[in-house]
Amino acid sequence: MVTIYDGKPGLSRRELLKRGSIGALLVISGSAVISPEQAWGLETSALKPETMATLIQMARDIYPHDQVPDKYYAIAVKGHHETAAKDPAHKELIEKGIAELDKKAGKGGYRGLGWEEQRVALLTEIEKAPFFQAVRGGLVVSLYNQKEVWPIFGYEGESYSKGGYIARGFSDIEWL
Amino acid sequence: MAASFDLKNDGVVVIIGSGAGGGTLGNELAQKGIDVVILEAGARHEYEDFINDEWDSFAQLAWKDKRTTSGDWRVAKDFPNLPAWIVKSVGGSTTHWAGASLRFQEHEFKTASTYGKLEGANLLDWPITLAEMEPYYAKAEAKMGVTGTNDWPRLPGNNNFKVLKAGADKLGYKECHTGNMAINSVERDDRNSCQQTGFCFQGCKWGAKWSTLYTEIPKGEATGHLEVRPNAMAIKINHDASGKVTGVVYADKDGKLQEQKARIVAVAGNSIESPRLLLNSQSAKFPHGLANSSGQVGKNYMRHTTGSVYAIFDKPVHMYRGTTMAGIIRDEARHDPSRGFVGGYEFETLSLGLPFMAAFLNPGGWGRSFTTALDHYDHMAGLWIVGEDMPREENRIMLHADEKDEHGMPIADVHFDDHPNDTAMRNHAYKQASALYDAVGATRTFPTPPYPSTHNLGTNRMSGKAEHGVVNKHGQTHDIKNLFVSDGSQFTTGAAENPTLTIVSLAIRQADYIAAQMSAKTI
Repeated sequence: MVTIYDGKPGLSRRELLKRGSIGALLVISGSAVISPEQAWGLETSALKPETMATLIQMARDIYPHDQVPDKYYAIAVKGHHETAAKDPAHKELIEKGIAELDKKAGKGGYRGLGWEEQRVALLTEIEKAPFFQAVRGGLVVSLYNQKEVWPIFGYEGESYSKGGYIARGFSDIEWL
Repeated sequence: MAASFDLKNDGVVVIIGSGAGGGTLGNELAQKGIDVVILEAGARHEYEDFINDEWDSFAQLAWKDKRTTSGDWRVAKDFPNLPAWIVKSVGGSTTHWAGASLRFQEHEFKTASTYGKLEGANLLDWPITLAEMEPYYAKAEAKMGVTGTNDWPRLPGNNNFKVLKAGADKLGYKECHTGNMAINSVERDDRNSCQQTGFCFQGCKWGAKWSTLYTEIPKGEATGHLEVRPNAMAIKINHDASGKVTGVVYADKDGKLQEQKARIVAVAGNSIESPRLLLNSQSAKFPHGLANSSGQVGKNYMRHTTGSVYAIFDKPVHMYRGTTMAGIIRDEARHDPSRGFVGGYEFETLSLGLPFMAAFLNPGGWGRSFTTALDHYDHMAGLWIVGEDMPREENRIMLHADEKDEHGMPIADVHFDDHPNDTAMRNHAYKQASALYDAVGATRTFPTPPYPSTHNLGTNRMSGKAEHGVVNKHGQTHDIKNLFVSDGSQFTTGAAENPTLTIVSLAIRQADYIAAQMSAKTI
């Protein structure tokens, strides 16, 4: 079972140090990945929480949008956890894929690489591999089909219930 | 009231498919008092059921049954099991189409004589001319409410059109307007006018866009001569010892096989399913499939030379607002070999929502080059290229050697390679479209590869001589008098124009022919 839950913003600094931080953003606590700043958590059991945290970073490196918070990347990859719970082969694909990525990255693992370019270089090496394709292919829908992210890109979604755009700017362009 | 016919009733015309061809033919025959059963593979969703959401609507309407692909087109790599984006639902792809309704040009009915011999292209003149088609084009335009005809005003231009028009003016293009659209610009035919909602591809929730679902079909049903049977997947067409067709075997909603007897059968399942059904109807008498003495069934598969160009500007556009395809430039549709290719192409406005833009802008793409394009989604404008592609024998629909669907019918295998003429045309169009947007101040342009095919054409083509094609100038198969083809698979060549208006015109014409032959008792 994976739960994304909104919690109280901001764990205490002491709590944060005790739990050990992942980069600057994500915290692993027991079976959960937590974002103390953004006040959400992702509880995992089929996949290791470290694996989920790396998947979240990997998702951002594949489809980097600096204006999109981590929460939506976490939601986008949680399907792998659900599939892994039902399908041991999928679990192995993800766990092994992440483990190999960490190995390639050397000491500190994938998440320990400070620059996106460094991480992308590793992803480029494996972009033909089934593991990468499974993660990337799923993301195209699971990231961009979240209605909550559409406004971040200026996409307004459903319009019928609002009467279409006939009185709401279908031809409001002014700079031409 | 809608009719209900007995399975054993062998006096009915059975039409397979309820889209532009089948739905129109069904109504036209019913209006003449002829009894018709339309077998439709999909379910019936009325227009208020349509969904303003790309993926949810795709799940509701699209033909998702597995197909396989091969060839050098990118679709075979990126969407190996989805060669076409067409519909499995009552109304067929007229629920999904964008509404662009253009007549073919005169020379496009005579490509072999106009373009001359082109290596690797199986060009052939149509057995009909524009002059013969004109009265039927006029009837189709009147039926469908095509803007810019019959004194119906054109639609107002949306933001995406305004960018297109500004670029067209800068480049010196002369023929640029909001198109000839089968979308009500005023209330007519007891239907709403366009509310500029967008989501034309997801089914028009206002019913403003013409679709057989809420025009031809209910009108036909009201005569008492038409029954539309949804969730009825045709598997095989049966024939008697003389070779005349006698009925259609289909899987009903429970997957149970039934046979509807028939006096006449008309196949209108779109250019992948129609040849699939004819090929799957092979028998001892017709070992290569029905109507296939020429060996042309399934061959000459065309999909238009398409592609898109999207462009980013430093100011907002909101291209997705309003009618998706109400914007056209026709200057490049002419035949002018000095450009390095035969035939021509149209530019038409196009936009995708964010979810489909992510899936189709550069399938398989990732990283910042890809994501920075989407970051400026609301600053994007876009257009679609629709051009004539070359018919090739090797481009074809075949029955898969071993894979079968849930009913035990071999799945369709689709092979397509671009002809060098297609590639030259596409590259020309990419260059022109990029120049067009650059002229308006684009900061970045994206030559976007073709999507899974929406215009599937030519796989049961019309020919003057029986050895060159599958059907005659009325869509009647050369081999079997009471077997017809009524969809875009009859097209001898594809022309540069969106195919629906021509499919509808041919269906109206075919209905006249069928009624006359029935009265004369020749079929």
